[in-house]
Amino acid sequence: MLAQLDDVLREYAQAPGALIPVLQIAQAIFGYLPETALKRIAQALDKPYSEVAGVVGFYSFFTRVPRGKHLIRVCLGTACYVRGGKEVLSALKSALRVEVGETTSDRTFSLDVGRCFGACGLAPVIMIDDDVHQRVRPTKLPKILEQYRHHAAETLESAAVGPEAQS
Amino acid sequence: MTKLSINNVPVEVPEGSTILCAAKRAGIKIPTLCHVEGLQVIGACRVCVVEVEGARNLAGSCSMPVAEGMKVFTNTRRVREARRLVVELLLSEHNGECQTCDRNEDCELQALSAELGIREVRYGGERTRRRIDNSTPALIRDNGKCIKCRRCVSVCLETQHVGALFPQNRGFNTVIGPAFNLDLASVACVQCGQCAAICPVGAITERDEIDEVWTALDAPDKHVVVQTAPAIRAALGECFGCEPGTLVTGKMVAALRRLGFDAVFDTNFAADLTILEEGTELLTRLKKTLLDGEPAALPMFTSCSPGWIKFMEYFHPDMLPNLSSCKSPQQMFGAVAKTYYANKLGKRPEQIFVASVMPCTAKKFECQRPEMNASGVRDVDVVLTTRELGKMIRSAGIDFMGLPDEEMDAPLGLSTGAADIFANTGGVMEAALRTAHEIVTGRPLPMKNLHVEPVAGLAGVKEASLEIRGALPEWRFLEGAVLNVAVAHGLGNAQKVVAAVKSGAKQYHFVEVMTCPGGCIGGGGQPRFTTNAIRQARIAAIYREDEGKDLRKSHENPEIRQLYKEFLGQPLGEKSHHLLHTEYQTRARV
Repeated sequence: MLAQLDDVLREYAQAPGALIPVLQIAQAIFGYLPETALKRIAQALDKPYSEVAGVVGFYSFFTRVPRGKHLIRVCLGTACYVRGGKEVLSALKSALRVEVGETTSDRTFSLDVGRCFGACGLAPVIMIDDDVHQRVRPTKLPKILEQYRHHAAETLESAAVGPEAQS
Repeated sequence: MTKLSINNVPVEVPEGSTILCAAKRAGIKIPTLCHVEGLQVIGACRVCVVEVEGARNLAGSCSMPVAEGMKVFTNTRRVREARRLVVELLLSEHNGECQTCDRNEDCELQALSAELGIREVRYGGERTRRRIDNSTPALIRDNGKCIKCRRCVSVCLETQHVGALFPQNRGFNTVIGPAFNLDLASVACVQCGQCAAICPVGAITERDEIDEVWTALDAPDKHVVVQTAPAIRAALGECFGCEPGTLVTGKMVAALRRLGFDAVFDTNFAADLTILEEGTELLTRLKKTLLDGEPAALPMFTSCSPGWIKFMEYFHPDMLPNLSSCKSPQQMFGAVAKTYYANKLGKRPEQIFVASVMPCTAKKFECQRPEMNASGVRDVDVVLTTRELGKMIRSAGIDFMGLPDEEMDAPLGLSTGAADIFANTGGVMEAALRTAHEIVTGRPLPMKNLHVEPVAGLAGVKEASLEIRGALPEWRFLEGAVLNVAVAHGLGNAQKVVAAVKSGAKQYHFVEVMTCPGGCIGGGGQPRFTTNAIRQARIAAIYREDEGKDLRKSHENPEIRQLYKEFLGQPLGEKSHHLLHTEYQTRARV
């Protein structure tokens, strides 16, 4: 994965304004932003490490801790907030037994909040990975989560018999 | 040119000027807590708001350019109320503790609050959490006092090309600091203290070591000597209300004596010594490459400035052989004081206590480097900044301005004018050329008043070429050679020179680098607040000090001759090598 990052860095080394796109790509490669990657980015783009850290800390999209299989983002934008987003969030916290920014111990779910996904008419919404779930009520949550739990188990199983496991 | 009016006073300023700049020209003061001349506009503090006729919102005068016919008002009720509100909000978060703060009575926020007549802060709520970073020998950071003006971020990145500090996190949780809440000691910080010199409040200060000096002065078995760097004499007066550029050499000596030092010596003495060692080193390198045809690390860079040394260790470790191996004058002084001078007194090195007064915070780091123990113990025990000495004198109840002028003690207090100019950008180069030229040709440097004009002044990078004519037989190989030199001050400018050398764009023989803008007279430990006008005033004072001396070339210093005769032997000799030279280490940048 570091080799993959080095290819990206070679491509972006001279480009102005490269820091944010490179961080996005790095997060896509690793699933999060590990320290080794951040240091390598600072060096390759000739940016102070403090600046790289500042950008990572400023944008909630970036994470320095590995995330679970699925990322749940609860919208707390104005419309979702007034239509019960906060209740959805606390229900999720107790269902998953994690705080915002944390990952469940089985590494299936990470919980985060967002500020408006542009789906205010469907409020309150949550996003799990790239799926938008609309008009969510705390009571609907177990069913929604179940789909992903099931999915996670399935992919884990298939990974176990996948090409990597065989070789 | 653009014409506008400020408070109904017509003003004409160059196109593209900001309102703040125009107001200054019109003699109208607009307060600000983040703006610094010469740095990119920050626009963070919002204190400098003004009313522009026809505009809906108040404008930040530091960032708003002037326009033809613009009518600006800096003191309307709306402006006053907004400004007050901004400062009250800053105070509501600021973890102040004025009475016990290092910056008490030297604080821009405190002064502005008084100026605006704030008697009550109408806003409660959470205060910025206090987190002290005292990981480094030189600097203490206190986030609770930080008002997030970002001056330190700008000076560290733009002026110094270091970038140790940056805003981290977001909103109320924003802290200005190194990456991921690391402490300063774990990141590439050169300890230059430009952040501490520029901070409007007490969020970054030098480590206060006044007490350590008092303890030594109180100890009956210690012989306590003090050395003062060349730049102190042109700035210490500012701590006592003098105009910038006032020379207070004699009063400074008198004050130090009254504080109880057993001997008042001069870093200048060691600056003269540095010239002999460094000049000889340069000539040796030139000889090696020009006469013997062997590779030598050229250009040779000066090594007096500890921030610059650390910068090279972090950012250009491949160029470390190009640094002169000479210790800085401060460290040469310590090594000589605890050996040569101690011998004269019949004392052991550990019975001598060496205190330094430096315009510099990085010197606090330098004296703690493990290799700076040539005498067997730490060569320099404590470093105070100019500001700390000012506080110490005041706390002792000494009426500084009423003191008589006194002379430094012998033998380590005698120096030439060449040593004085170590304080100025271009000064070490000039001092080195005064001596090197005379060694090679037997004649004085053929320049008016011995000044190397092209390398003086505040331009960021300065160059000069010197053709050698009439070399003595021993130096015949230099006949007709053109010596190319460069001078940079501020690490951002130094970075440019190093890049040009690395790319092959420039071929120099000798390069002087000083970490701080203007040289040591603009050091991180000097009285606040250093502007270019103040730098110029201090620089001029130092040249006056030099020109006022009979001896103006380091090799003419009789005490230095005596030191070589009695103790060291010759420049670059075995004893010099052990006491006066050092080596450098690679440091990881991230």
